[in-house]
Amino acid sequence: MSILKNKRNKALPEISTASLPDIVFMLLFFFMVATVIRENVLMVENEMPMANQIEKLDKSDLVMYIYAGKPSSRYRSRVGDQARIQLNDKFADVGDIKAFVMAERASRTETMIPFLTTALRIDKFANMGLVGDIKNELREVNALKINYNTRIDNNPD
Amino acid sequence: MARRSAPEVNAGSMADIAFLLLIFFLVTTTIETDSGISRKLPPPQEENVEPPVLKQKNIFVVELNKNNDLLVEEVPMELKDLREAAIAFLDNGGGRGEEACDFCQGKRDPSSSDNPTKAVISLQNNRETNYATYIAVQNELVAAYTTLRNRESLRLFGKSFVQMKKDLKDVNYSGNKETLKENIKKVQLLFPEKLSEAEPKK
Repeated sequence: MSILKNKRNKALPEISTASLPDIVFMLLFFFMVATVIRENVLMVENEMPMANQIEKLDKSDLVMYIYAGKPSSRYRSRVGDQARIQLNDKFADVGDIKAFVMAERASRTETMIPFLTTALRIDKFANMGLVGDIKNELREVNALKINYNTRIDNNPD
Repeated sequence: MARRSAPEVNAGSMADIAFLLLIFFLVTTTIETDSGISRKLPPPQEENVEPPVLKQKNIFVVELNKNNDLLVEEVPMELKDLREAAIAFLDNGGGRGEEACDFCQGKRDPSSSDNPTKAVISLQNNRETNYATYIAVQNELVAAYTTLRNRESLRLFGKSFVQMKKDLKDVNYSGNKETLKENIKKVQLLFPEKLSEAEPKK
């Protein structure tokens, strides 16, 4: 009886938060390992089409990105609503692609250049005229390995 | 004089600091990996070079017009039938003599392709064609090749082509990677991906 009485008198013990930092650090490390730093801030709408016959591009240092699509709503007043190309952090014209490829090549070692792949991240509402122009430019600078970036369509068929 | 123990450092704000870092990483990083349909563009063409002559029956013309309608050999077709049609064309094996295809299971129609190594799929599109439609068509054509490669690779090596490719990338794969690489090449040679992407029509 006396034991029970004693307990009733005591205030509820505080919950220890000493392990909270450990939990948060664990989460932090998970995110640091599992994610990559975002390279470009998207200025165009970029919803990619679906496909299921896909290959993964695993070596991200051998990939250069070309984005294309309609400008996002906050840039629309400035650049209009025609589909545009985005290279690095800027809107670009078709003619800028050659210089972009050269710059990307220059930033890599000689041995990596033949394996450099261009990832085309193109909005699904873009039309093929723009894509054709990009492909033509890439052909002219001999950047022949391309990858049409898509999202995975999980339909079994 | 009594020895005083060092006062404990208050670790209460440690969680806040860690949260701050966590949120920073959440905002600045992305988890996505790149995946997509890999293609190789043709090298730039030199002028005054005659394109090689191909027999008309060895070319499978897939055309997308500006209204996103699919025309296969000048006949309208639904997207869902394209894979079957492409497989039938590639696997036809109508050639005789030197051009005969001994592993094809097609109809051997003399008016369709001679041999998978000769068969070319020509994908034409208009400038106004929608990109999503184009990718859907590409996807179907790649699927046709993959289906045929899987079939042959199952017959020759008892393992599907997709599985072989997966094994090649797998670090824990126990078999010999060199032979695996050669086997993949062999299957690819049986059904080489000859997919020509013409420049869009104006």
